[in-house]
Amino acid sequence: MTRPRTLVPTTLAAALLLGVAACGGASGEPQAAAGRTLTVSAAASLTDVYQELGAQFEQAEPGVTVRFNFGGSDTLAQQVVQGAPADVLATASTRTMQTAQQAGRIAGEPVTSATNRLQVAVPPGNPKGLAGLASLVGPQVTESVCAPAVPCGAATEAAERAAGITLDPVSEEQDVRAVLQRVITRNVDAGLVYVTDVRSADGQVQGLDFPEATAPGAAQSYLVGAVAGSPHGDLATRWIAFVTGPQGDAALRQAGFTVP
Amino acid sequence: MTQAGARGSRGSRGGTATLALPWPVWVPAVVGFGLIAVPVAGLVVRTNWPDFGALVTTDAALDALWLSLRTGLASTALCLLLGTPLALVLARSRLPGIAVVRSIVLLPLVLPPVVGGLTLLFLLGRTGPLGRLLDAWFGITVPFTTGAVVIAQTFVAMPFLVVSLEGALRTAGERYEVVAATLGATPLTALRRVTVPVVLPGLVSGSVLAFARALGEFGATIAFAGNLQGTTQTLPLLIYIQSQNDLDGAVAMSLVLVVVAVLVIVATRTRDVSGVR
Amino acid sequence: MNPLRRWRRPGAPSGGALRPEEGLHARVTTHRGDFVLDVAVDVAPGEVVAVLGPNGSGKSTLLGTLAGLHAPEDARVTLGGRTLTDTAAGIAVPAHRRRIGLLSQQALLFPHLCARDNVAFGPRCAGRGRRTAAAIAQDRLAEVGVAELADRRPAALSGGQAQRVAIARALAVEPDLLLLDEPFGALDVDAAPAVRSVLRRVVRDTGQTTLLVTHDVLDAVVLADRLVVLADGAVVEQGPTAEVLARPRSAFAARIAGLDLVPGAAAPEGLATPDGGTVHGVASEDVAPGEPAVAVFAPSAVAVHRERPGGSPRNVLPVRLAGLEPRGEVVRLRAGPSPGGPPWAEGLAADVTPAAVAELGVGPGDDLWFAVKATEVSVHPVRRRRT
Repeated sequence: MTRPRTLVPTTLAAALLLGVAACGGASGEPQAAAGRTLTVSAAASLTDVYQELGAQFEQAEPGVTVRFNFGGSDTLAQQVVQGAPADVLATASTRTMQTAQQAGRIAGEPVTSATNRLQVAVPPGNPKGLAGLASLVGPQVTESVCAPAVPCGAATEAAERAAGITLDPVSEEQDVRAVLQRVITRNVDAGLVYVTDVRSADGQVQGLDFPEATAPGAAQSYLVGAVAGSPHGDLATRWIAFVTGPQGDAALRQAGFTVP
Repeated sequence: MTQAGARGSRGSRGGTATLALPWPVWVPAVVGFGLIAVPVAGLVVRTNWPDFGALVTTDAALDALWLSLRTGLASTALCLLLGTPLALVLARSRLPGIAVVRSIVLLPLVLPPVVGGLTLLFLLGRTGPLGRLLDAWFGITVPFTTGAVVIAQTFVAMPFLVVSLEGALRTAGERYEVVAATLGATPLTALRRVTVPVVLPGLVSGSVLAFARALGEFGATIAFAGNLQGTTQTLPLLIYIQSQNDLDGAVAMSLVLVVVAVLVIVATRTRDVSGVR
Repeated sequence: MNPLRRWRRPGAPSGGALRPEEGLHARVTTHRGDFVLDVAVDVAPGEVVAVLGPNGSGKSTLLGTLAGLHAPEDARVTLGGRTLTDTAAGIAVPAHRRRIGLLSQQALLFPHLCARDNVAFGPRCAGRGRRTAAAIAQDRLAEVGVAELADRRPAALSGGQAQRVAIARALAVEPDLLLLDEPFGALDVDAAPAVRSVLRRVVRDTGQTTLLVTHDVLDAVVLADRLVVLADGAVVEQGPTAEVLARPRSAFAARIAGLDLVPGAAAPEGLATPDGGTVHGVASEDVAPGEPAVAVFAPSAVAVHRERPGGSPRNVLPVRLAGLEPRGEVVRLRAGPSPGGPPWAEGLAADVTPAAVAELGVGPGDDLWFAVKATEVSVHPVRRRRT
């Protein structure tokens, strides 16, 4: 009779205490860490490159810890606008960076650190012998592209306009990784993805260049800017200099990005 | 007639005879089960077993697992603390407009979690109406903290607890509370010693649902709390990031998430049954 | 023998008017759509009053008001001098502070507690220690004859056992007033008489002030000192149980049971009537010879004859027919006073088929014989005020 009466509140209290402790520990963390912590909000497609660069930066700046907040560029921009405590914002599109800028949350001018261009991803050896965007048109070739609402879809539309053709995709995906997966699993003959995605697939697909990939609107720009009001403004500036400097350029190029 | 009814119920209490389910039930039941089980089984097949151990014991994976468990427990406790009284009010009070309150409580079920996370961000971000006050008065910044993860998880998980508990409360009815009152129990005593024990199975299953939902929560967390390793990067967030470049890691971690969820459900189910019997 | 047993209340002073500081005084007026409930009920300390009425007569509203479960438009309820409800003065004592117990159709034992803990619940709420409460509970369970089931969960009890535990639970808090709401309504016919017997005994032994609400005249006969007959939200008749049943003044009271009732005293062969006659019957529960009792039989069990029937052992009595009432597929013959018959024959009913009526060729004023087999007659003890 007594057990259920005392068990429930005890469990509850314990669980809540755990939660509160978790909250308390977290909010104090940035200050509590030895030295300083730089928080970088970056587009998810930068995950590999930035983690590698973060380790290099920590070596170059003793006592500094870099922590990353990877996510969709729209979400990251909204977080910065709403005052989430990030020090650096790196987006995968000009538009999302402008969102943060217009809210007055970016200190100074953001820098374009890299660009990315579309490729036609096909299975290794290009079994259908495809070449160029126009070769995808028609029922004999099935292709997958990003939905127009997401950045890679907008880029695809711009490339179609430049080529003067209209693709007939069998699927419009919500993100570029899904397009890549469809090509890898041979669900489609071809897909429009970024060079960096082809590179990350480790030979499971082959990328075909096409001239319209560099047309206005088709190329994707990666911008990086310091968040206004950050207590680590100096560190943020040094991070931006680092990722746009020789080490940053090398890492980005390695991943398939084009560096200006 | 009463006699026949009483005998009938006594007979079924023996529980030896099983009623045959009509066959049209079986086909969709099997298809429904397959719809859930086959993809999960596919996860097992797709897993890179030789590297499994290494994939799920990276620093990031262990951090994320520990964080998921902590925040899942904390948000379940918060759901219990806030959702239990809420369910009581919904089930028992006769306030006008209670139907409207109920539909609002259920909103997180239909709202895409990312939208839920963004609305939390609008409210509690440093420039939001509530976040501004928290910052000015207490110097508290909510986004990018583990607390934000708990809030986001509670936001999406609470309806599961409330719905399940309100159902249990409605099924139990007010009969036992009336009896308790006529025996001299104050409303608080009746709640503690009668209502809560009577609906305990509902409370347990509601908590399990809420915990499971919190464990799998992704959209609201990444939008509101961010994706910081060790602080706000729960397992689903890590899986999302891993899926950007390391599908093997993502699959392995998904399997860990499935195993944790199954363990929790099985553990509470057995305890639930043995507790009641 | 049991130090925890409470003092026994003396019976109410017979005859004299009930003083305002004693017992229950309730007056309730409420509107539900077209339905108007307007009743006044008094119960003396130690008295058992049965409120009898068909479904929809306002019984449950009255009960809910007394228990403090719902608020009527206009009501005043006092119990032992305490004002529990007074709508004019804005007084509404919550249910848990009324000291009014409730036993309803369903036992409603708390499913998570064993029988002993169920009974101990009330004493624990009243601030008794765990041990004391458990001891009280064990005693109460013994009183209702289920001491050996103390450790069982409600799921492992039969309907009759559960209702006994519920009786023990309701009495364990020593309520100032016990409300009984169709207390045997959900029991199967085999279990009801024994439980009724137990309830009768414990209520009488403890001198428990009780208000019983029922549509079953048998419950009222066995348990109640006094009957209050409710119809369409108003009291149509009230008085000592035996009187109301013997000389019903309202048509409703006469028909309420749908049963034929003969008052008297229990006898070895059935019932001894006040005029020295005997009604042969079977005692339904424990009833001692000489104890006030009533013989009960269904009108359908009555055979009607033009001439005195002979032969088989049965109750045979001469009646003069007062009237015929069509009742669905049967015709009810109502007996009036007969010059040669016993006085209690007046009001007895016999249900016969229309064909039989035609065959008999009977009409009001005819002299007939009513015959009932002894096996169709059950004899129940009647509650009488202890003096």
